[in-house]
Amino acid sequence: MKFRPGDLVRVQTFAPTTHVRTPAYVRGKQGWIERVQGEFRNPESLAYAGDGLPPQPLYMVGFRQVDLWQDRYAESPADSLYVDIYEHWLEPSASLEGTQ
Amino acid sequence: MSEHDHVHGDHDVSQHDPEAAERNKVPFYGKRIYAIRELLIARGVLSREDIQRQIEYMDARSPANGARLVARAWVDPAFKQRLLSDPKAACAEMGIDASGLTEFVVLENTETVHNLVVCTLCSCYPRPILGRPPDWYKSFAYRSRAVVEPRAVMAEFGTRLPDSVEVRVFDSSADIRYLVLPLRPPGTESLSEAELAELVTRDSLIGVTEAQAPAFVH
Repeated sequence: MKFRPGDLVRVQTFAPTTHVRTPAYVRGKQGWIERVQGEFRNPESLAYAGDGLPPQPLYMVGFRQVDLWQDRYAESPADSLYVDIYEHWLEPSASLEGTQ
Repeated sequence: MSEHDHVHGDHDVSQHDPEAAERNKVPFYGKRIYAIRELLIARGVLSREDIQRQIEYMDARSPANGARLVARAWVDPAFKQRLLSDPKAACAEMGIDASGLTEFVVLENTETVHNLVVCTLCSCYPRPILGRPPDWYKSFAYRSRAVVEPRAVMAEFGTRLPDSVEVRVFDSSADIRYLVLPLRPPGTESLSEAELAELVTRDSLIGVTEAQAPAFVH
């Protein structure tokens, strides 16, 4: 496990045309590790009849809605969003932009 | 132009073949699924009995399972803690078979946090417990809007939350499935566990609504 709860992370901006489980709207966005979900077979391999091994650590990553959508988010600035993301899609991030 | 001047073969085939009308009602993807099913059976990968058993298993799942879990959690704080920390064990305790799920997480609504579940990539849903998701859950409109304007979407379901309540959206797109534990409605102190379970709707387990007020229970 590369990350622990509370670590700040940034989602990679890969744009493969093959099957992935990382929604496009979080790519390149910064968030935090909310929870470690465990290790799971890699769906990017399973989708093509691969064995999904070695298993990938999966994390629940939290984002502030305003960081995901900027001005397009017209609801409460306190709102947040969580997505489960596999470790190879994450890189460490020093700080959340706009956070004190 | 006479009435017989049309191109032959252009007329409605169903007049001569009544079953064709029925077949033609199946949309493209439905036809493709049936073709794949027949190929899997022909090649011995699946049997018709396997498919029938799986349909019966799925039809036996229902939101009533989620309602029972929630009602027990409302009346038994120790059970609620177990439901939050080890949901599968809590299901087993209630006689609910959760073995078909990879992992699942229960999201507790509080006075200051409201949780909403969506799957933007497809239609991930805790099917082995709740059965099939509602059609709107799979719609492009819900999947695309729930992540960017969750309060507007909830308002269309009649749910209006004050800004003091933080909305947390869970995009269930990998190996984890989510179930919302709604707040116990006020004025339900005298209700039995079975009566409480009737307040817990499918939609409240997804988070687009809250549990119903007791006046709506028949």
